Amino acid sequence: MSFILIVGAGRVGSSVARAMLAAGHEVSVLDEDPLSHERLDSGMDTTWEDAGGRFTLGHGLEIDALREAGIEEADVFIASTDGDNTNLTISQIAAKHYQVPRVIVRVMDPARAEWYAEQGLHTICPTSYAIEMFERALEEV
Amino acid sequence: MYVVIAGAGKVGWNLARELISKRHEVTVIESDRSRYLTVEQELEHAIQYGDATELWVLERAGINRADLTIAVTGDDEDNLLICQLAKEKYLCERIIARVNNPRNRQYFELLGIQPAVSATDLILRLIEHEVPSYGTVHLLDLRDEQLEIIELEVPEGSGVIGTRIADVNLPDGSLIISILREGRGFVPKADTVIEKGDEVLLVLDPGLEERITEQFASNRSEAA
Repeated sequence: MSFILIVGAGRVGSSVARAMLAAGHEVSVLDEDPLSHERLDSGMDTTWEDAGGRFTLGHGLEIDALREAGIEEADVFIASTDGDNTNLTISQIAAKHYQVPRVIVRVMDPARAEWYAEQGLHTICPTSYAIEMFERALEEV
Repeated sequence: MYVVIAGAGKVGWNLARELISKRHEVTVIESDRSRYLTVEQELEHAIQYGDATELWVLERAGINRADLTIAVTGDDEDNLLICQLAKEKYLCERIIARVNNPRNRQYFELLGIQPAVSATDLILRLIEHEVPSYGTVHLLDLRDEQLEIIELEVPEGSGVIGTRIADVNLPDGSLIISILREGRGFVPKADTVIEKGDEVLLVLDPGLEERITEQFASNRSEAA
């Protein structure tokens, strides 16, 4: 069992959070929008907290919020806010300052996802997948 | 010198204007379309429309040959990443980043983005150093070089009035580099005599400021 901290619980972050909790991991979510807390509850029989999840309201750049969400104990850090720049900044802080062993960051911009991957960040670029899917779908045209 | 400036807010626009008037080549990058159109009326070809955190936008602006990259958008993450890309991907020799929220300064330091300039910090420092009764102004911290530059005014009754520079018993690690007198600045010689109302600029090792301030302060009560 790992302790996973997810910053940014939109569609992607909240789904990953629920899946990781269901898989038996300890999951803490940090988001600045209270709506994302409700999103975590949706589709579950119990509330997020009753299911064992943690939620902290705050921005991923605030030290206090990161600490409250448990960054110092995290085994895995996932940056999945809707902003590439926020994700790239906080993931580097998680890796370099808090020495979180595994850091995974969502980057929508393929060019920067590629460059930061070369620098050693584990980047995931949904845009690249979308491009690939489109190209594959168009192969039959 | 070729300078790339990210952000055409008040800071970016005025920086560009100053640098251009000093005959530097400048390209400003602005991501807000209407702001871009406003500034473009004056700067013309020296401003480009785009998001400076995107590689192709930086490359279009000629970041590969930039001598200096300045990131002064209103967003700290953007400024940090723009400077990181300039420095580490495009090997730009000099970078300057603006810190909007002083609490983020530590992140700039952590990721090696220096110097990071925060207006809030500068003003705070001026306040901290203006408030004491003696007139010391902290002008510059050269943190990596471990030096500070301060300016202080020689008040009436100060023990150094009438003293030759060579005879001022300054602590080791401090040096008078300039004197402003009657609106004119000059570099003093050993036999320059300090006068009342002089504004003295000193360069010093960190930690000496208090001792030097005391030395220049009025000691009329003691003398009496």
